[in-house]
Parts: sequence; C-alpha cells; structure tokens
Amino acid sequence: MSKSEYEVIIGLEVHAELSTKTKIFCSCPTEFGGQPNTHVCPICMAMPGTLPVLNEKVVEYAVKAGLATNCEISRDSKNDRKNYYYPDLPKSYQISQFDKPLCEHGYVEIDTEAGKKKIRLTRIHIEEDAGKLNHDDFGGGSLVDLNRAGVPLIEIVSEPDLRSPEEVESYMKKIKSILEYIEVSDCKMQEGSLRADVNVSVHKPGEPFGTRTEMKNMNSFRSITRAIEYEIERQIDVLEDGGKIEQETLRWDDVSGKTFSMRDKEDAQDYRYFPEPDLVAIKLSEEYIETIKNSLPELPESRKQRYLEEYVLSEKDANIITASKYLSDLFESAIKICNNPKSVNNWIISDISRILNETEMEPIAIPFDGKQLGKLVILIDKGTISSSIGKKVLEELFENPRDPEEIIKEKGWIQISDEGAIKEVVIKILEANPQSIADFKAGKDRALGFLVGQAMKETKGKANPKMLNEMFLEELKK
Amino acid sequence: MDITELTVHELQEKIKSKELTITEITKAYVEKINEKEKDIEAFVTPLTEDAISKAEEIQSKIEEGELTGELAGIPIGIKDNICTKGIKTTCSSKMLENFVSPYDATVMEKINNQNMINLGKLNMDEFAMGGSTEYSYFKKTKNPHNINKVPGGSSGGSAAAVAANMVPWALGSDTGGSIRQPASFCGVVGLKPTYGLVSRYGLVAFASSLDQIGPITKDVRDCAMLLNIIAGHDEKDTTSEDMPKKDYTKALKNDVKGLKIGVPKEFFGEGLNQEVKETLEKAIQEYKEMGAEIEEFSLDIAQYSLATYYIIACAEASSNLGRFDGIRYGYRTPEFKNLKELYKKSRSEGFGDEVKRRIILGTYVLSSGYYDAYYKKAQQVRTLVMNEFNKAFEKYDVILTPTSPTVAFDIGSKSDNPLEMYLADICTVSVNIAGLPAISIPVGKDKEGMPIGMQLIGNKFQEETILNAAYTIEMKQKEK
Repeated sequence: MSKSEYEVIIGLEVHAELSTKTKIFCSCPTEFGGQPNTHVCPICMAMPGTLPVLNEKVVEYAVKAGLATNCEISRDSKNDRKNYYYPDLPKSYQISQFDKPLCEHGYVEIDTEAGKKKIRLTRIHIEEDAGKLNHDDFGGGSLVDLNRAGVPLIEIVSEPDLRSPEEVESYMKKIKSILEYIEVSDCKMQEGSLRADVNVSVHKPGEPFGTRTEMKNMNSFRSITRAIEYEIERQIDVLEDGGKIEQETLRWDDVSGKTFSMRDKEDAQDYRYFPEPDLVAIKLSEEYIETIKNSLPELPESRKQRYLEEYVLSEKDANIITASKYLSDLFESAIKICNNPKSVNNWIISDISRILNETEMEPIAIPFDGKQLGKLVILIDKGTISSSIGKKVLEELFENPRDPEEIIKEKGWIQISDEGAIKEVVIKILEANPQSIADFKAGKDRALGFLVGQAMKETKGKANPKMLNEMFLEELKK
Repeated sequence: MDITELTVHELQEKIKSKELTITEITKAYVEKINEKEKDIEAFVTPLTEDAISKAEEIQSKIEEGELTGELAGIPIGIKDNICTKGIKTTCSSKMLENFVSPYDATVMEKINNQNMINLGKLNMDEFAMGGSTEYSYFKKTKNPHNINKVPGGSSGGSAAAVAANMVPWALGSDTGGSIRQPASFCGVVGLKPTYGLVSRYGLVAFASSLDQIGPITKDVRDCAMLLNIIAGHDEKDTTSEDMPKKDYTKALKNDVKGLKIGVPKEFFGEGLNQEVKETLEKAIQEYKEMGAEIEEFSLDIAQYSLATYYIIACAEASSNLGRFDGIRYGYRTPEFKNLKELYKKSRSEGFGDEVKRRIILGTYVLSSGYYDAYYKKAQQVRTLVMNEFNKAFEKYDVILTPTSPTVAFDIGSKSDNPLEMYLADICTVSVNIAGLPAISIPVGKDKEGMPIGMQLIGNKFQEETILNAAYTIEMKQKEK
C-alpha cells in the first residue's frame, strides 16, 4: 500500500502564555527576560507554607479566549494539581485544570484547499508555566531559573480534526491570530509564549485510528511542519514493515530533522491529579460572562469581511492582512492618514511582507507605525517621491523609523519634477545614446524604456518617471 | 508567687496594676525554660537569649508611652511548622534542619504586631504527622505530668511547654487532632478553629483542606484572647473566610442555661478508657446541673471518619511534601549520580519513617486505578460526614465527646505500631473532616494524676458557643 493511501490524524495542544502583568498565583512580573531568578517571590519559588491566590485577570483572559473560539464557558470550574517531579517545577505539582476546565466544546474555522473547515476544540484550561533549566557552563550541571514559573498559560486542546501539516499550520495561525486580536497573548513564538504539543497517528481508510505519538513544545511553524511530515513518514514506514507504533512522547530535533523517544515505558507518567485544596472553586456569573462577551473586539473573520466589502481587497490579500492583528491594525491606521487602501494594501502584501519574510520578523516587531506608512503613501501619491524611492524609504522605516518626510529631506530623495532640470537630463541621455534614438525611430519601442531607465539611474531614481517618459517621447518625435 | 503559673489575663492585670513588669515576666519564663527544658525537651529552637533584651526594650517603650498594646511583651511559643522570618522553621524534620524562612506566616505577623515575645520554636511530630511527638527528628518531648509519658501530638511541644509553665501560651496546628489531643494529654486548653477562620499562609502544609492554626493556653479566657489575635481573613489565603471580626472574650458568659448539648453514643463505646468515661460523665452531669439540655444521639458516620481522614490527609500530604526535593532548600544528599538519585536519596534520607509511610499511602490512593476506590470515595464520605454534622447541629448547639479515648500513654508504647497510634485520633479527626471548630479542655485526672480532656464541637464559625460552654464548666470546676 502506498503512503498516499494512509489517513493522517493530528490533534494539537496549544499553550499560550497570557499577557497579564503579574503571574497566575503571585504578584511577580511576567515579563520575559531579566536576570535569572529576579522575577520570583516565596510563592512562585514554592517556599514552605506559601499559598497560591488566583489572578482574576487570568480567568478573564481565558474566558475571552473561550468566547472568541465559540466555547461554552463553565459557570463552575476549579483548579487541580498535576503531580510530577522536575527541577523546573518548584512545588513538584503544577496547578492546572483537570475535569472542569473553564471552556469546552468550541471550534475555529480554517481555510483549506477544499474550502472552509471547522476544527473542534475539546477545551481551554488555565495553568501555570514551569521555570527553565539552563546549562551550567562552569559546574557542568543545570541551573534553575524560576522567572517563568507561575507565568499564566492557557492550553487549547483540539479534537483530532486536522489531516495534514498544512491544516496544522493554518490552524495554528488562526489560533495565534485570534489570541492576538483579543489581546490575551502576544504569541511570540521565538520567546516560547506560543507553543504546541502535536499528536500524530496514521491509519488505513476504514480502519480505526492508529496509535498516536506526541511531540512536545514545538515553537515554530517550520519545525511543526517538518516534524509532522517526518513523523507521518516514520509511522508509515514502521507499519509498512509490519511493525507497531508505540504510544510515546517524542522530541523533535531540528538539526537532524528527526524525532527521538523522550522517556522509556518504565517512566510512564501518572500525574495523580486531584482538586487543588488551596484554592476555592471558580464560580462565574452570567453577568460576568456577558460583560466579557460584550468587550470582545472585532475578530479576524469579521474584519476580513469588512475589508472585502469596504476596501474591495482580494480575498487572498484580506486573508494575509487580517491573519495578523498587527498587520491589520497597521493597515487601518495607515489608511486613516492617506485614504488610499489599495496602495497601503500593496505595500503590506508586497514589500512589507517580503521584508518580514527575509528578516524572519513577526508583524508585532514592525518598528514603524501606521501613521508613518500612511505618510509614505501620501508622498508617493503627491508625486513628491517615486515609488522606487518609496521602497528605499520603507527600508529606512524598518531600520530607523521616523517621519518619511524627514527621511527624504535628510537623504535628498525629493523627486525632480522641475521641467528644466528633467529636460537637461533627457538631453544628456539622448546625446550619450544615439543608437537608442535610431532604434526607437526604427520602431523599437523598447528603446524608450531603456532611455528612461538610464535617466533614472542618472538622477538616482529621483526624476519624476511620468515626466521623463513624456519628455523623451517629445524629444524623440522631434 | 510563681509568675509562670499565671494565665495571660492575670499577667495583664498585674502589668496594669504595676505589680509586674514585662522584663520580670520574661525573666521568669526564661528561668523556667532553663530549669525545665532538659527534662521536658519542648523546644527545637529556644529564643531565650534575646528574649530579655527584647523585653527591656518593650518595657522602656511602654514606659515612654510609645507602646500601648495590651499584649505587648507577653511571651509566646510557636510550633515549629509556622514560618518565622530569620528563625529556623524545621517542622522537626531532618529535611528542614537548617531551613530559615524568608518570610513570616500571617499569624506571626499578627503576633509580632502585638509586640509579643517569641520564646522559641516548639517541638512536634515530623511535619505534624503523629500523635505523640515521638516522631520528631530531634527529640522526644515529655509530658510535664509524668515524664515517662508522651505529651501527645503533633503539637506536643506547644502543649508541654504551656503545661510546664515554660510559655504562658502557644500556637499549635491541628490537622486531625494535633492541638486538642496534646492539650488533653497535658491538661491544658486547645482550640482548633473552624477551617477558614485563621490564615494558613506560612503554616507548612500537611493536609491543606484540614490544617488550621490554633491556640494552646492555660485557660479558656486566654484561648479566646489568642483567637482574637490570630483569627481573620487573609488575602494571601483564599480559603480563609471574609467575615466581620469578633471579640471572642465577649462570648464567655459563664452560663449554659438552655444550651443544647448532644452526646454521640459512638464516642463512648468500645475502646474508651473507663476513667475517661467516668470523668466525662461527671462533666455531663455538671452541665445538666447548670441548666444545659443533654441528649444522647447517634453520629453513625463517625466510624468512617478515621479511614476517610487518613486517605485525604495522606493524599494531600503526598503532594504538599513534593517540594522537599533537595533542589532549592532543605536537605540534599551529599552524593548522587543523576537527578533521579538526587531525589530518591534526598527524600529517603531527609524524611522519617512516619512521613514516608504517609507519602507512600497518599501517592497510592491518588494513583490511576485506585483514585476512585480511595480518594474519590473518601471525598464522598467526607460530604456525608459534613451532612451528618449539619443535621446534628440542627438539634444541638454543642456536641460533647472525649478528646482522646485514653490519657497520655507511655513513651515508646505505640511508636512502632502506626495503626494503634492512628486510633488515638479517633475522637478528633471527624471535626477536621467536617471543617468544624472544637475545643479540648481538662475536666479531671485519672488515678495516676494524668489529665483527662473533654472535646466540645461547635457548628461552623460558632467558636463563641463552644468557648462559652468550655468557660462555664471551667469556672464550675474552679469552685471545687
């Protein structure tokens, strides 16, 4: 049986760090970075006798996430302890939620080649993050940094509704986009504030689902795609060779491009969940849930519809822009300045997206604002600069963001629209290229393009291309 | 006059009337500790050295009018599982032999705000697990009434120190009887408050849903006074109840006329020592004579309380004690090859047998495949126990039982028999299971002169009712 005849089943557990100011059970800052063990207190260091106090913002953010993903919100929820030993887990238990999560039975819609597809969410629950182990360069052991211990997380668990790495990427992007829109997580994947455990299994059509393996803590779209592709192939190979898939936790190694088994069976984890006796039940009133519902901002899907109707963007462009709240906000604030949605759209889809790709930058990290982008568009629209100068201004905005007008003044990039000055250049170029004149007269229209190009080069791109064109034609026809 | 024989309210009067100074009082206690500690061994960390200079400081502040607090300068002893900033908090365990807490428990902040003088950290069963204080890693505390007997436990150091006049009063903690049973064995007053009345922040957790800090005192008035100080909502403990502050001394009316007292017959059956039984019956008779209405009833569910208690308490303990892993603080084994061995050896060497026994039991009852049969079932029984108590309190104001089926037993007689040791908790655990308040007060002595305690159980947050009932019989007995 060939590989393409297997069905692939994928489910995701997405962990998103919530962007609350303080940790989930104490008042330490959640800020990323900082010297090791400086964002800590007796509570998040699990000193004997300390008790957790649930940060109400965490509940609010999780409920927001639940409402934005069509979940039912539990009116009666609780925390549970998940017990296991690891040096980055100071209490030796993680306060999480087991049988009564805050949110259940939701879904998100993703775009696939076959059209829209609903991916069901089993649940969203709140829990605390663990600390980090750093390699000790001097002592040869590990050093524990508890800055991250107690940073609030939501875990979004999907049903096994995903069928390919492409769907997984689309799903992850959708989740990321929703969380950004409702402003509960900054979703910075490089900093680990958005990461996923990926469950993969394969089976032949008509047969029950295969045994799944789990790959933990994946934090880039690229490695998720590669890991899933590798794992599908590995599982099919095992099955084709008559072997059996072991249910196990795997570690994806980005360098070798392979998955490795993390634990042996002897260590099969029994987390001994039980209700957290140090915290009272989480009871939510109808008014509370209603208030949060009413405070939800416009979500990507509805923004997209608006862009299609109001600004007549193409479906593809609208998808790209609304996928990121930051791009979408940039778009909206830029058109407020320049009132030219088509042009702003083009800048975002082509040049800005290209630079983001080339520099592997996430939209949140774009250093300039919509006002600056809008001004750039105005300068082009008014003919103050050419669009090729515009590209240079954009690069400058990425480098050292400031008022585009200031940039072009400083760099001397103002477009030459003075008739006399342009004429001078035209004459100069014509004198230097008699062959082109001959070609043009012989009916080779391309020669005009060459001459305009030469003139642009001569003026370092500053000449008004429309005027150049007209003046060359005028001269050549003489 | 032996200063150390006075109650705190008597000391207060003498301070007010200038008969005594803070310094004199503190000196008397320090001398008493120096005299008796070698026999009683109540202290893990005595703080006698600084006590007198602290007392002098407080005395001069009082004289200069800088301090007015009614309890300023009154000495106190603290059970060694209550965190004290800058002072060792060992839980009487090798695991925390050198552990110094970086913060004060909420109750300690309250004690310190009163400018009381902490005379030391008091011995206990390791991590509050035990009923005789024999499971302390450091020393075996003796019963001041007979040093061959145990003081009870786990707050044995606190009860013995109060009974031996080494401190005027003390704080203990009670998870299944750890304040009331030693109070009963040592002939002092011990109160376990309603779950949620006193903040647990800074109490090294044994079983989070059962633990409460409470006073151990010489008499009921002192008990009400100390409860006044430590009770109250704490933002740091979300299981502490937010309710208006009360003055418990106001409840001491010396009047039980019309008070409905229920006597559950199950607590007076098999296994109850004859002398304990007779003494309790006398007390019941006294209540009757003072106008209380006594009725026998059946609290059938109580027989399941002990099993329920040991499942829930051990389950929570197995998780609570996970943090003692040799990584950040506490004992770490000197040699290990890898992480697993670091954990295994640190915990094997750092914990005593009884603690390990309970961690293993608790781990077992929470394990997949056993959770439903044990932990879940125990939680269901717990609800039934609560319901049965609720029903009883529809009829009665107070439930009266022995605190312990026996008087203090001989040192070494039960320490190798965990089951027999667990049975010593039979009268007290259901109170913790139901989250109720209960007080133990001495009501007599057996032929050998060992104290006999009576337990009065109240409805939730009805400390006033049991304090008044206890106070009334205490007054009656003083007349004799």
